[in-house]
Amino acid sequence: MQIVLNGEPRALAAGLSVAGLLKELGIDGRKVAVERNLEIVPKSAFETTALDDGDRLEIVHFIGGG
Amino acid sequence: MDGNAKVGEDFFQVAGLRFQSRLLVGTGKYKDFTETAQAIEATGAEIVTVAVRRVNISDPKQPMLMDFVDPKKYTYLPNTAGCYTAQDAVRTLRLAREAGGWNLVKLEVLGDQKTLYPDVTETLEAAKALIKDGFDVMVYTSDDPIIAKKLEDLGCCAIMPLAAPIGSGLGVQNPVNIRLIIEAAKVPVLVDAGVGTASDAAIAMELGCDGVLMNTAIAAAKDPIKMAKAMKLAVEAGRLAYLAGRMPRKLYADPSSPLGGLI
Repeated sequence: MQIVLNGEPRALAAGLSVAGLLKELGIDGRKVAVERNLEIVPKSAFETTALDDGDRLEIVHFIGGG
Repeated sequence: MDGNAKVGEDFFQVAGLRFQSRLLVGTGKYKDFTETAQAIEATGAEIVTVAVRRVNISDPKQPMLMDFVDPKKYTYLPNTAGCYTAQDAVRTLRLAREAGGWNLVKLEVLGDQKTLYPDVTETLEAAKALIKDGFDVMVYTSDDPIIAKKLEDLGCCAIMPLAAPIGSGLGVQNPVNIRLIIEAAKVPVLVDAGVGTASDAAIAMELGCDGVLMNTAIAAAKDPIKMAKAMKLAVEAGRLAYLAGRMPRKLYADPSSPLGGLI
């Protein structure tokens, strides 16, 4: 399936969960927030949220800012 | 103010949280995270602002701010820098709350890329939505006392008028308005943005501000660590001078040595 991840198209295995994607990317889920199709995915739902074809995903974290 | 009990009694309270330091600092524009951490340490700040951005998917192993500036030691204040609409600002802070689990946020909605001046109508709309959603909103705004009051009436927990445009280093441009905002407010008022050097921070505090928030004045100094210390002292000095109450201004001289006993 094809999703848009942080603005870039990306091909993923069908049925991958948010937690699975974070693991695949090497991202520590405790340090990020995930938005799927403009809805927040709570950390507690990372395991149970399966991604769908066409999903628009944003993974954000804190950086230096004023 | 190290261990000085008398001064220690003076604290800054926002959204039910108490802080000793009245200097809040940004974490942007430093050479690297090591310098960020050192500068923040030197300011004595307890609250640090942070931005919310996309994770670099192609290189997720890059060092992260949280590894250098411990969120258990410092209160992270997520901001909405770069947001030009209420909708973007609310979306950003909802993500920030999920990433960090904190309700205390800094709202700023900008209106123009050249001046980074706040868009107060979008700011009011965003503040309303965020407060309804349970956020504690410290709000960056213009130095307009009417807008400041409206933001307070909406339920913002701190009003943060600019001293001058973000990153300009021009210092407090409108001390009269800052004072008007302070006198009308029942919530903390902090000068946010525009401070250039230590005396600017002291002036803001002498006006009666509850605190000062800055980033570039420290990060863009030739020696950021030294400037960090200077800002810490300036905020403390300004606060003490405000509490002490300055002497009245007079047109003519008044001798400091007694005139009696002159030879």
